[in-house]
Amino acid sequence: MKLEGKKAIWSDYQKEIADDRYFYVRSCVRQNFFPGSETAFLKIMREELKRDVYEHPCHTTCTGIGYHGDIVPVETAMTVVARQFSLMTEAGYENLLPSCITSFGLYTEILDTWHHFPEVEEKIKKQLKKATGREFSKPKNLAHASDVIYKFRKEIAAKAKYKLINKNTGEPLKVVDHIGCHYAKMFPSKGIGGAEYPYVLAGMVEEWGGRVVDYPERRHCCGFGFRQYLVQANRGFSIACSKEKFESMKPFKPDMIITNCPGCPMFLDRWQYVINEMEGKRYGQNGEGVPVFTYEEVAGLVLGYDPWDLGLQMHQTDCEPVLDKIGIDYDPDEKYNTSIPDEKTRIPGLVNV
Amino acid sequence: MEAAGQLANAGYTVSLMEKEKETGGHLNDWYKLFPDRRSSSEVKKYLDKKVNSKNIRIFTGTSIEKLHSNKDGFLVITKDGTELKADAIVVATGFDLFKSSRKEEYGYGIYDNVITSADLEAMFRKGKITLTDGKSPKTVGIVHCVGSRDEKVGNFYCSKLCCVTAVKQAIEIREHLPESKVFCFYMDMRMGGAHYEELYREAQEAYGVNFIRGKVSEASESINNKLVIKVEDTLAGRPLKIELDMLVLMAGMEMSEGGIRLAGQTGLKTGENRFFAPADHHYANNISNIKGIFYAGTCTAPMNITETISHARSAVSEVINYFNNNKA
Repeated sequence: MKLEGKKAIWSDYQKEIADDRYFYVRSCVRQNFFPGSETAFLKIMREELKRDVYEHPCHTTCTGIGYHGDIVPVETAMTVVARQFSLMTEAGYENLLPSCITSFGLYTEILDTWHHFPEVEEKIKKQLKKATGREFSKPKNLAHASDVIYKFRKEIAAKAKYKLINKNTGEPLKVVDHIGCHYAKMFPSKGIGGAEYPYVLAGMVEEWGGRVVDYPERRHCCGFGFRQYLVQANRGFSIACSKEKFESMKPFKPDMIITNCPGCPMFLDRWQYVINEMEGKRYGQNGEGVPVFTYEEVAGLVLGYDPWDLGLQMHQTDCEPVLDKIGIDYDPDEKYNTSIPDEKTRIPGLVNV
Repeated sequence: MEAAGQLANAGYTVSLMEKEKETGGHLNDWYKLFPDRRSSSEVKKYLDKKVNSKNIRIFTGTSIEKLHSNKDGFLVITKDGTELKADAIVVATGFDLFKSSRKEEYGYGIYDNVITSADLEAMFRKGKITLTDGKSPKTVGIVHCVGSRDEKVGNFYCSKLCCVTAVKQAIEIREHLPESKVFCFYMDMRMGGAHYEELYREAQEAYGVNFIRGKVSEASESINNKLVIKVEDTLAGRPLKIELDMLVLMAGMEMSEGGIRLAGQTGLKTGENRFFAPADHHYANNISNIKGIFYAGTCTAPMNITETISHARSAVSEVINYFNNNKA
């Protein structure tokens, strides 16, 4: 493989990312899947990078899952999104910062639709006004939260306590980067590095000391694919997709997976447990699973945050193999400490992968 | 070159401008020609002979910087400052091969053994088809329509010659490497030229080339440095994942950069396909929107060599008519 070829493509796909004053919109599912990620993001942005990130308590789902699941009509999705914009306008912000990849994709799609069909935008403005009395301005800048971490990857590296390097061998960790479908596959020019060879996560991995693995099923779906999972009868396709990826990446001996989508880490993490239960197969080294992280968790780890504050105990595939390789200091006994006074520590009954 | 030779034969003085160091264009890079697989050098020799005339001055390694028109005709200023007067101009700026790296999903310029049809011709000319590690490929895939009939890259048109080039190259691979397996991945086999269909049949019957109707969606590299491609076999109705040693991309034809520059500079009209737009596709195929400027060859649309030579001859006919009717 020629890295120069990839670099040439990466240079074609750069985007403007606002430097400060972000209106942050959370994902409707991430806090259940990986509860520490968004908190870690806000901590990094506010405390490490000293940026102004605002959250509005009245923000709702963007309806992206329903839209892509064919149960929410596009005009409804647009009107809900217009309401999010009105909250941003009301708060005095102009730089929209979604946490979710599907939200980012939906916002991008809607702004592009309005650009090409201004009459649709006018119609949505009227609908929002009629329904809520609200008005809005479109964001001046739209960047996914992973774009912003990519933008500040060097600053994070400068503050890092750890590197993505195997402390025993001195070798960079081999990292599989998995990009959410709605990040750039619909609008390649809106993603750093484009759709075929996205650089948004690869750039973080490289900057923090790791090495990205390019494997044949790199572009393959994580297994979420909305209707593959949301329609119960299709769930066999979901796990089959994830398995296809694991089988393909296994020969490259990846140390970890990094993701930037709500669904991808969920499915790549949980299905490893299920595949192990069903077939007794594990895809990591030494009979272990391949730990799966969000980019905020990885950023938090290199900055030296406590793994359990990052919520890594909520992963079903154990993260400890990577923590040990990097040499991260952690207390195994604190993993399931609920910190609730007068309540006994509860350890999940199921054994992790 | 054909137009210059014909005009010289008719007694006109011709200045032939060539941006490369040598005249002949893409012919210089090709090994053998379809459909009879004669050596490209034979046609080149014919054209060289054609321009070997006292009436022709050849300027190589230079391109046109400016082209002015006035009541007396045209003033051509080259990049190196040479000024030439002309009564008529024949534009024969040809085509550029589609830059295959734009089809990012095929990994040209990224994966070691993804090459273009032009790269393969260079290997044929050297007499050896090799992978980057020096070994001979055992399985070769050929992707048709790379940059042609493709909305994603903005080229709706068919480049017309890639299908038959793929068939020719598939046969040549089998001749060079009899043990190899060759797979052609096509949308439609457009075998519209004389003897093309026969060559297609020969490729299947005599050379065992496999033709799979389906577009390759992506290429990647396995741990063993093999290429892994995904394609749908639309006739069998199932997706395929195939490991290959080499992938050859049939790069389509695009309006040349020189042609685009000239169009911008002179106001010569171009069509939706970005090639020069003749005054009429049926009966004024060599005539431009500017009086005294004519077109010859693939600057107006993809053409094979036979068509290019015929088009050049008809351009000469139009130039002579122009002189007889307007300049006399």
